[in-house]
Amino acid sequence: MAQRRDAAIVGIHEYPLRVDGSVSALQIKAECAARSLEDAGLSWQDVDAVYDTGGDQGISGLAIAEYFGFKPRHIDTTYVGGSSFEFQANHALSMIAAGKCNAALLTYGATAHSDRRAIGTAGATSAGPATFVNNMEDPWGLTLIGNYAMVKNRHMHQYGTTNEQFAHISVATRRHAMRNPEAVQAMTDLQFVGVREITVSDVLESRLIAYPLHLLECCMVSDGGGAVVIASSDVARNARKKPVWIIGTGEATKYRENGGDITVSAGAQAAPPAFGEAGVTPAEIDVLMAYDSFSITVMCLIEDLGFCAKGEGGAYVSEGHLVFDDPRKPALNTDGGGLSSNHPGQRGIFLLIEAARQLRGESASQVNDAKLAVAVGNGGQLGSRHATAVTILAAD
Amino acid sequence: MAASRPQPRFPEPDTQPFWDATKRRELTYQTCNGCHAVIFYPRRHCPECGGRDTTWHVSKGEGTVYTFSVIMQSRHPAFAELGAYAVAYVDLDEGFRMMSNIVGVEDPVRDVTCGMRVRLRWADQGDDTVALPMFEPA
Repeated sequence: MAQRRDAAIVGIHEYPLRVDGSVSALQIKAECAARSLEDAGLSWQDVDAVYDTGGDQGISGLAIAEYFGFKPRHIDTTYVGGSSFEFQANHALSMIAAGKCNAALLTYGATAHSDRRAIGTAGATSAGPATFVNNMEDPWGLTLIGNYAMVKNRHMHQYGTTNEQFAHISVATRRHAMRNPEAVQAMTDLQFVGVREITVSDVLESRLIAYPLHLLECCMVSDGGGAVVIASSDVARNARKKPVWIIGTGEATKYRENGGDITVSAGAQAAPPAFGEAGVTPAEIDVLMAYDSFSITVMCLIEDLGFCAKGEGGAYVSEGHLVFDDPRKPALNTDGGGLSSNHPGQRGIFLLIEAARQLRGESASQVNDAKLAVAVGNGGQLGSRHATAVTILAAD
Repeated sequence: MAASRPQPRFPEPDTQPFWDATKRRELTYQTCNGCHAVIFYPRRHCPECGGRDTTWHVSKGEGTVYTFSVIMQSRHPAFAELGAYAVAYVDLDEGFRMMSNIVGVEDPVRDVTCGMRVRLRWADQGDDTVALPMFEPA
């Protein structure tokens, strides 16, 4: 089956700083938009589709069009948390293939660090709306990190996965981060204790934030942002850089159910249609950009996307083949991930950006002759309700 | 005065009957009269078949810890002062899964395990207000 060549990532930009008190989220979006269009060799007015997750002042999609000065003929404001950008990239492929637009711009900006948002440990407040879910969950004091920790605990109980095995995810990711100057600067600016490669022992000896999750299994809280330009094949073939084709997509949700298996993410539903459409198998993937809010998120996604059988992720991640220079595929989160490079709250856009770098041959931890990459976003909260989207990417 | 926990808030028509029942120290859940599914969290329709014909039941309050976390760091003032505390999903014997706290243990990391049997223990919050259904080792 021929891989589709309807739409490609043609422009990317990642905001270089993770601590920057001088700019707003909207300004980060606009700067990343301009730099990603420059990367693509396109102009500001070439953009005819705007994708936005909101979070700015005003109505999502409307505010951003006015701020940028665009008159889009297609608008998509899909917001499902950190995986929103994989959902949006998938939707952009469909809309471009349908002829509804030619150049889609996805932007992200956030100042979570400078705003001093205690995202992982704040717990529920009474600030949100009264909903059936909030009323059943807010009184128990579950933090965001505790939510993921419940999944890790069940994974350990159900499959015998060990803390040592989970730690390998953090170790491999940090190794990549130390090769990425922007990640090193991020860890320095965020005052990480020890900006260096880490060992399994370092992870296990770091303090428990929510049992059984240790500090070094948790992502950072940074400022940051990025932009991705997705264009039709006609535009892509004339772009400055090598096109990175979107060849398979899938999306799904998962939520707490009576008798449900909390260790199975929505990735299990999202992945088969994506791989089927792409006509490739997990064994062929060179680079896996998997949303690493926490070690457990990566563990579930590796299993649920079919890189190994369910419950065998512990052994899989311990074999050392997640690093960029190991001949066994795939390499994991080669930019340093949310664990060690960049996580302002919605990390999904960075998965697309680093996957594109790899398929262009521009990564700081370049995988030899990388041809196929998967970006898998996981938004919401893994242990209660989340949304997963799979975007499979290919170089010519 | 100690900071108080986030409370269920009303009007919220799906969960109001559940919380009203806690004032009588009843832990309640629904079943669907059409397809017989156990419905939880509470809501007006059955999420299995979409039907609106449901019946409320009182649970015996006995179940099993499906999974849990022990929160070591919470910046919410009501929980920051608790020290380490356990939040769990509990599978009640009637077939519904709810989030709650596991209490009545000395060291939650050591004393709570996945699969352990637990029973309901009400945490009263004062007259004329909802009571919180928590669980302790059975």
